[in-house]
Amino acid sequence: MTTPTVLSMPGVSPGVLPSADGEVRIGVYVCHCGMNIAQTVDCDGVAAAMAKLPDVAVAKGIGYACSEPGQREIREDIATHGLNRIVVGSCSPRLHEPTFRQMLIAAGLNPYLLEMANLREQCSWVHMKTPEAATAKAYDLVKMAVARARRLQSLTEPMLPMTQRALVIGGGVAGIQAALDMADNGYEVVMVERQPSIGGVMAQLDKTFPTMDCSI
Amino acid sequence: MTDAGRHPRITIHTLSEVVDVKGNVGSFDVKIVKKARYVDEKACTACGECAKVCPVVRPDEFNMGLSSRHAIYSPFPQAVPSAYVLNSGECLGNNPVVCSKCQDACEKKCIDFHMSDETISERVGTIVVATGLTPHDPRALDEYGYTRFENVLTSLEFERLVNAGGPTQGHLVRPSDRKRPRSVGFVQCVGSRSARRGKSYCSNICCMNTIKSTLVLKEHYPDMDIKVFYIDIRAFGKGFEDLYTRSRRTGVHYVRGLPGQVEQLADGRLRVAVENTAGQSLDFYDLDMLVLAVGIEPAAGTHKLQEMMGLQLSSDGFFLEAHPKLQPVDAATRGVFYAGCAEGPKDIKESVTQASAAAVRAIRLMQSSQIRAEAITSEVITEQCKACGKCAEVCPYNAITVDPKKKIPAKIITAACTGCGTCAAECPFGAIVMNHFTDRQIYDQIDALLDERPSDKILTFACNWCSYAGADYAGVSRLQYPPNARLIRTMCSGRVDEDFIWYAFKKGVPIVLVSGCHIGDCHYIDANHWTAKRVDRVRKKMEKRGLRPERLQLEWISAAEGILFAEVMTRMEQLRQSVSEKEIAETIALLS
Ligand SMILES: Cc1cc2nc3c(=O)[nH]c(=O)nc-3n(C[C@H](O)[C@H](O)[C@H](O)COP(=O)(O)OP(=O)(O)OC[C@H]3O[C@@H](n4cnc5c(N)ncnc54)[C@H](O)[C@@H]3O)c2cc1C
Ligand code: SF4
Repeated sequence: MTTPTVLSMPGVSPGVLPSADGEVRIGVYVCHCGMNIAQTVDCDGVAAAMAKLPDVAVAKGIGYACSEPGQREIREDIATHGLNRIVVGSCSPRLHEPTFRQMLIAAGLNPYLLEMANLREQCSWVHMKTPEAATAKAYDLVKMAVARARRLQSLTEPMLPMTQRALVIGGGVAGIQAALDMADNGYEVVMVERQPSIGGVMAQLDKTFPTMDCSI
Repeated sequence: MTDAGRHPRITIHTLSEVVDVKGNVGSFDVKIVKKARYVDEKACTACGECAKVCPVVRPDEFNMGLSSRHAIYSPFPQAVPSAYVLNSGECLGNNPVVCSKCQDACEKKCIDFHMSDETISERVGTIVVATGLTPHDPRALDEYGYTRFENVLTSLEFERLVNAGGPTQGHLVRPSDRKRPRSVGFVQCVGSRSARRGKSYCSNICCMNTIKSTLVLKEHYPDMDIKVFYIDIRAFGKGFEDLYTRSRRTGVHYVRGLPGQVEQLADGRLRVAVENTAGQSLDFYDLDMLVLAVGIEPAAGTHKLQEMMGLQLSSDGFFLEAHPKLQPVDAATRGVFYAGCAEGPKDIKESVTQASAAAVRAIRLMQSSQIRAEAITSEVITEQCKACGKCAEVCPYNAITVDPKKKIPAKIITAACTGCGTCAAECPFGAIVMNHFTDRQIYDQIDALLDERPSDKILTFACNWCSYAGADYAGVSRLQYPPNARLIRTMCSGRVDEDFIWYAFKKGVPIVLVSGCHIGDCHYIDANHWTAKRVDRVRKKMEKRGLRPERLQLEWISAAEGILFAEVMTRMEQLRQSVSEKEIAETIALLS
């Protein structure tokens, strides 16, 4: 497999800061999550090891990365050190990726220049009895995140035009209800019904459960 | 119904079908064919003079053929639109010598024999599919003598017979002699809950519909003898058990067991043989009428629509939702929603609930004149593309156009791409870049992992939605497992390129695990079945090259299967220990 080097493609735009398309400056934050991570993983030790990797401008342990003081610290580092890639080793990205992406936007960076390493759900919480092995794993996970971060590119979410009308296929009770709800909210609706009349099966029923009343 | 007919913002095309859908969310271009009605829909006042003079007599579909209508007719009294319709197949024709009686009778001159089918084009932003149901047709199997005995009816025919607006004004009569039946039996699960005798699923509504029918009958005819033959009664909804209790209190006899045999007696009555599974006895019942509680099947034309719009069906033939719990009205294709029985058998309340949900989901997209599309999409490096067509073949969303015959290179329809990355993994020429999960990014992760002490490690690929989430769930549950695996997250397991696996083995990894959602649960429709094929392929190649295929593992782990994830990790560690340094060195030599 050829690894593509072409990176100036549509949808991929350079980061906001001037350094984003030139020199890579990575900030690495290894979160203690109170004691959740720190009691098993040597967070500051991992951070110190990361500081020696190429392109890493800042690497440090941090109490709670997601808290406001934590985020402020990272935002300030972005500004003072001209960081253009952020690695957060903390909880699962499924939890806080949106949080940290917002943080990047607030700091003037493209949100896709973030990478997370999962040190809590997939490390400290599951290897509580083997802190050394957990630390070795955390080291690998953050190092992999740094490697990936180095290659991250800004992405933009393209905007598509939205035609503010809906098509409803089928004019039974479901189609009718959907059409009315949308039309009552101000949207134009086109309904397509195969039969000569709308109504579907319900039009054929008289009394219906559970209320035992007329259906039309 | 009339509200919809009168609504200034709703345009209703009846006698119409969608014949083509192109485009994507925000701009679907829809082609509709509207069949000729031969009656001016707007001018017709439904006075009915035309039908009075029409000499053609045909069974009325609306009344399930239990009454008759003419070739020009009103579908039913409350129809919307209320205009009459002329069935050209039945009409004797516009030749005045032959007929044209209706045209003469219509004062407003609404009837036009020269009307032709119309093709209508509409552009819409969202689509709600609400094609509903077809009742099961008991003719094919005919186990209860539906085609042989006049007094065996389907539940829908029965509905028309007890309907005040129906052919008998709601007076129940036996079709054979038009006398009121003294005894009626209902047979449940006709066409349902048996793969052999129809469909294997429960149709949801027929138990309650029968209970309703027994109450209607008991109200009108308190001394009628009513029997219900069933497997078990499913009265699970709000207020349902109450109705069931009421039905039993009125004296309806519920017999657990389905009829094995039905025969007609000389006096037109039906003899039903039932093995009572509650009492273990074989009982015979003589009844005046038998009603088959027919199940619900997908509407005719469901397949056609599914293919036209690139949608999915579940194994029972109904439309498949994007996620059975969390996105129950969304189609996997963005901007398409399901409502009512199109998605599965359900009652009116559920159909209406789902319809309102679908409306809100559609409005959520339509409220702005623009929508944000996915940033994590794939892109083609045109110069490298050989137009082989593989990418288009594997794309679950039909988001790639390519013409292998004319050698027109692949193009991604970005609006339709959801970023699973299967195309990038399958392209034999490395001509597709998966943004945010590029080959380069993943190779660098593998390098970072395997540069130091590779033999200690297990490389695990996990998909964002299921197996990665399953690993998180193991963590939240504090399940302890061996610390040797390292995860690389991709959006879908379909992204895991064969070359990533070879590269990792070449770098000295003992074990590679590829994990994803269970087959059928893939968040990218069915992209993971390409994962399965690919892993299989690599294993075969490993065997040929003299590598132990066990060193490549494939596991399906859902977001809820934390325990399974921990177990898999333990198993992987055992496997890892079975790989010696010597074996690893041999592999590296072999692949270098
Ligand atoms: C015998 C019987 C009794 C029932 N009794 C009850 C009851 O008492 N209480 C209760 O809650 N529920 C009852 N139900 C269930 C109820 O009928 C359904 O829940 C309800 O009709 C579903 O509505 P729908 O709009 O999804 O489908 P439908 O009513 O089937 O409507 C679908 C519409 O779409 C049209 N259509 C289909 N395909 C296309 C296409 N390709 N293009 C254009 N148009 C198309 C059809 O012509 C139809 O008009 C009963 C069902 C049956 C069969
Ligand atoms: S609802 Fe009742 S009758 Fe219908 S299929 Fe289910 S169990 Fe059988």
